[in-house]
Amino acid sequence: MPAAAALALDGVEVTLGGRRVLDGLTFTAAPGAITALLGPNGAGKTTTIRVLTGLVPVDGGTAQVLGRPAGHPDALARLGLMPQATGAWSSIRPLELLRYLAGLYARPHDVHALAEALGITSFARTPYRRLSGGQQQAVNLAGALVGRPEFVLLDEPTAGMDPHARRRTWGLVRQLADAGVGVLLTTHAMDEAAQLADHVWIMDAGRIAIDGTVAELTATESLEDVFLRHTGAQA
Amino acid sequence: MTALDLSPAPASAPRARRIVGHARTEASLLLRNGEQLLLALVIPIGLLVAGVLVGERVGLDPALLPASVLALALWSTSFTSLAINTAFERRYGVLERLVATPLTRGDLIAGKALATAGIAALQVLIIAAVAFALGWRPVLHLPSAVIAVVASLLALVAFAGFALALAGRLRAEATLAVANLVYLVVAAGGALVLPVAAYPDWAQWPLRLTPFGALGETLRLASVGAADPLPLLILAAWAALALLVARKAFRWTS
Repeated sequence: MPAAAALALDGVEVTLGGRRVLDGLTFTAAPGAITALLGPNGAGKTTTIRVLTGLVPVDGGTAQVLGRPAGHPDALARLGLMPQATGAWSSIRPLELLRYLAGLYARPHDVHALAEALGITSFARTPYRRLSGGQQQAVNLAGALVGRPEFVLLDEPTAGMDPHARRRTWGLVRQLADAGVGVLLTTHAMDEAAQLADHVWIMDAGRIAIDGTVAELTATESLEDVFLRHTGAQA
Repeated sequence: MTALDLSPAPASAPRARRIVGHARTEASLLLRNGEQLLLALVIPIGLLVAGVLVGERVGLDPALLPASVLALALWSTSFTSLAINTAFERRYGVLERLVATPLTRGDLIAGKALATAGIAALQVLIIAAVAFALGWRPVLHLPSAVIAVVASLLALVAFAGFALALAGRLRAEATLAVANLVYLVVAAGGALVLPVAAYPDWAQWPLRLTPFGALGETLRLASVGAADPLPLLILAAWAALALLVARKAFRWTS
């Protein structure tokens, strides 16, 4: 798998403010598959995403994205990112944001069709700061998809969503993978990982504690029990 | 939802389209922000009108005041507004989000520069038109005008560099406070609004060496048809320093 992996991190070390945040992190994500990265708060999930987008340089190890070093412009143009929180100007309107992002790509989705698909149309002209958390997440997801990416990074995509929006998002993530888009999902929602992931990596204190398919990991106990057994509570 | 073809087809738009698209979005967001409009137009135009009404009584030369107000407007747009907007872009994760798109860091800086320069040009047009309507008649002299334009561009780069350094280091709220405070201090005592000659002798040379004093003096001189190339050198040095500081200090995430 490593030769064909869409994402390949090998022994990645990152120290921020004197604290070792990633400590020999090694994992891969296959193209066209859903990979879940689970971990308690503070385990280093968001830092991992920042490494993948080149925002945080690595102090050791290697990080490859779509066959390029993390942060390479060719790789960045083929990624879609749904950030964990906000990710938009406070006064921008959802359709305006999607039109702007679409303009950065040569073959983007039609923004109206995308807004329709994600249930954004009813609040498409409301300034971003007035949207609920779940509505902001829907806009962020649309923003991640508008450029028709090859791989999407979804940082806790359903946090703040109501059950309807959550189920709609799960359906969309499944459709993405079926269409050949690779997905990296960071979450601490066990049911989300169990429902969606083809492969699960559980990280703790900046490194992988255990990995496998959902079936492998849950052969004798629930995914939550596996998670609790392999991770420590973070301060 | 099923109507959407989600199969991958990533491809970047041409660079010029990315930059212009970013500049248009930033400029349109800035123009709908009341606080930024206050800084960009309301305060400068208020100063102009006040200057016409009571300026001579407080020692302001009505022939020089419009040029001073133009310098103030350039300062507010390229320093205060840019610093505050960029700090909140960091806080809201906009920069972090944009990093995973075809918009490169160079595109982003170019887009910001284009938006700032576009708004500055609009400010100059509006403020100059208001000043003209109030009776301002600048002396048109080509070499002075060329020096004024080059000085303005260098000043925009210098102020923007310091704005990005500030926004890239401090929290958004701290940037908001510091940028507004620095705006007021420079406006009140930085030889932007008042000519260098209005300051005590001991302060005049240090003020001439600041980017604010250099810009203010150049625009005032140009408005009466005079020219002095020295401020250009001063502004070029500040622009180079500011770019260096911004490059070192700027952080994309909060």
